[in-house]
Amino acid sequence: MVDAKTPPDAAAVRPSGAAPRRAGRPAAPVRFRGGQKRATAGSGRMAALLVSPTLLVLTVVVLYPTIMALRESLYGAKGLDPETGFISDTEPFVGLQNYVDIFGEAGDRFWNAFWNTTFFTVVTVGLETVIGVAMALIMHKAFQGRALVRASILIPWAVPTAISGLLWRWIFNSDGIANALIGQQVLWTTEGFHAKIAVIIAEVWKTAPFIGLLVLAGLQVIGKEVYEAARMDGASPVRQFWHITLPLVKPALLVAVLFRCLDALRMFDLPYLLVGAQKNSVETLSMLAQNEASNVRFGPAAAYAVILFLYVFLIALGFVRLLGADVVGDGGTARKAKRKGRLRRAPAPGRAEVSA
Amino acid sequence: MNARTTRVLQCSAVLVAAGLVLTACGSSDDSSSSEKSPSFSGRGPITFAAAKDSSGVVQKVIDSWNEEHPKEKVTFIQLPADVNQQRQQMIQNAETKSDAYTVLWLDAVWTSEFAAHQWIDQLPAAQFPLDEMLKPVVETAKYRDNLYAVPHHSDGGVLYYRSDLLKKAGVSAAPTTWAQMQAACAKVAKLPEAEDMDCYAGQFQKYEGLTVNFSEAVNSAGGVITDANGKPNVDTPEAKKGLDFLVDSFKDGTIPKEAITYQEEEGRQAFQSGKLVFLRNWPYVYAQAEKSEVAGKFAVAPLPGLNGAGSSTLGGHNVALSSFAKNKATALDFMKFFTSQDSASTFLKDASMAPPYDSLYGDQAMVKQYPYLAALKESILNAVPRPQVVQYGDATSAIQQEAYAALNGDKSSAQALKDLQSELQKLATK
Repeated sequence: MVDAKTPPDAAAVRPSGAAPRRAGRPAAPVRFRGGQKRATAGSGRMAALLVSPTLLVLTVVVLYPTIMALRESLYGAKGLDPETGFISDTEPFVGLQNYVDIFGEAGDRFWNAFWNTTFFTVVTVGLETVIGVAMALIMHKAFQGRALVRASILIPWAVPTAISGLLWRWIFNSDGIANALIGQQVLWTTEGFHAKIAVIIAEVWKTAPFIGLLVLAGLQVIGKEVYEAARMDGASPVRQFWHITLPLVKPALLVAVLFRCLDALRMFDLPYLLVGAQKNSVETLSMLAQNEASNVRFGPAAAYAVILFLYVFLIALGFVRLLGADVVGDGGTARKAKRKGRLRRAPAPGRAEVSA
Repeated sequence: MNARTTRVLQCSAVLVAAGLVLTACGSSDDSSSSEKSPSFSGRGPITFAAAKDSSGVVQKVIDSWNEEHPKEKVTFIQLPADVNQQRQQMIQNAETKSDAYTVLWLDAVWTSEFAAHQWIDQLPAAQFPLDEMLKPVVETAKYRDNLYAVPHHSDGGVLYYRSDLLKKAGVSAAPTTWAQMQAACAKVAKLPEAEDMDCYAGQFQKYEGLTVNFSEAVNSAGGVITDANGKPNVDTPEAKKGLDFLVDSFKDGTIPKEAITYQEEEGRQAFQSGKLVFLRNWPYVYAQAEKSEVAGKFAVAPLPGLNGAGSSTLGGHNVALSSFAKNKATALDFMKFFTSQDSASTFLKDASMAPPYDSLYGDQAMVKQYPYLAALKESILNAVPRPQVVQYGDATSAIQQEAYAALNGDKSSAQALKDLQSELQKLATK
């Protein structure tokens, strides 16, 4: 909303001085803050008119479903009339009962799913970050066959999750390659910690390239001269990595990790296909919500979905507020100070432009 | 900054209000339609929603209907091959009270759920030749003794066994009890060519197949999951004997350890590659095994039990009429046509779908084409339907949960049955 307000008056006042800006840079950075140019009543109305189609679309596709889900989460499952044997037509209004139930006896399954989701997110994103950064460093190096390596590292990311789930199910089959390699028979798709490991391996294989790709974009904007200067000062490659590469690639890395976290929290298809539905060891919140909905209990399903939504929202908020991840590319409050400085100076080369 | 915040607030307030108005619109039509008694009136084009049909026989049968009824054409809507997705789409169709699907091809275990939600109409039983059909099959189409669907094809589990090895080991007949089966295995195991073979497998992965195999074990030992009145009664000594057969077989190696990951296909592959002496599976395996390296070396028998013949659960599909459909008179006629003996014989001949009609099992041409028909008929006649409960999805989850825990050794079989009983009781009182 706040964003959408800028274009009309920005376009009107923007001087021709915009030309020297680097090609490929979006127009967004030039903004007028602190009431430099207060909108008059007329242009305000014009602005409202212009953004109203966007708002309408947002209302229909984002707000309406969200409100419906919130509303649905306040209703219980339809009851069975023992006399007629028919299910009642309407769902009973139960208020916050669906949420309260989570803390009751029936909440075990929810908490199991909650911890599974959290565990998968922490472990997979952690591993992916390490492996992804390593991949990016390799892809960034100039050597023969670099194009081939780059392409091959990205293949897992290009394979649809449903397909890679099936592929890994064959690998983790009782007669599969995984068992042939380790030389003993582990039944990966049964309940137990090994099922978690199977999911983690497949997930990391699949999405580490995503982090690799985003970090690579970040690496490419780091100037060579920084490294040259470091070499002159006698910094070892390890020191260069910790003190130059990592801090300069941090904005890109944070965005990548944030996206991965949000993605991992919604994890559904991989454990569903690889290990199977209703396996306690790998059931995530999304799988639980899907399971409830498929048993025609939309109320509890909506409640789980709402909790997952809040969970994802809090994590995203935490990233943006605490770590200063710059998702949209226009700098949240955390980056405002830096940006003001930059507008005055010449454009700094150090920032990766990552927007999705 | 302040002015902006207020404006943001105003905007969101307007949006929320708009959202609520939309919500209100969306929910208002819930109360309008609640017609109870089906009238079966109206003629015209209808649709038939069923699983994706790879054999092409469904379209063939529909085409022959369309030729005779140019004004009441049936359109075949192919749903995904996955059963859960079929159910999902049909439920969505019903929840939105859409008339997109007229006649539904329902899995035999969904009848109670669809009937209780009044997603399908009660049917006039007198208009269908139910007397000519096998009784257990007709039972799957009923809810509270009223007919809500018509059997289209049935399915029962059968025992595949390696007749060549049994003969060599001096076992003359197929086993009819679990003890005989284990004894036969012990003899076969002494043969040099059976060195690496395992005795028996079914479907024990945690999915619907486990519910099937668990129910069969319990029923074959004389136990029940739900009694005649639909009340859960699974915490019994008989049921324990059934579950113990599976648990002990896993422990002593009668069933190989990896069978806990088997669905139908994994078991079929193991049998075909000569790793198993006995396999519980559906009739569809026959045609495929005939093309594998065990071709001509195996035979089919009814399932064994604790003290005599075992009992299978029933698979198969029924056709039902969506409550929200138009042109119900045409639909009823089409259902009669689609479930007629002629159609059933086509489905058997072209797609090996087991017919609900008794007489077709004696048809010489059919028996020649499908030598397992006699075994299958016996299996279906002895069959016990899976628990007929409205919340079938929850019931089958509970069964899978507890049976799997017992097979895995996480729980004793007594504890698993006790927990299952209380879970099922909770569902029954919901």
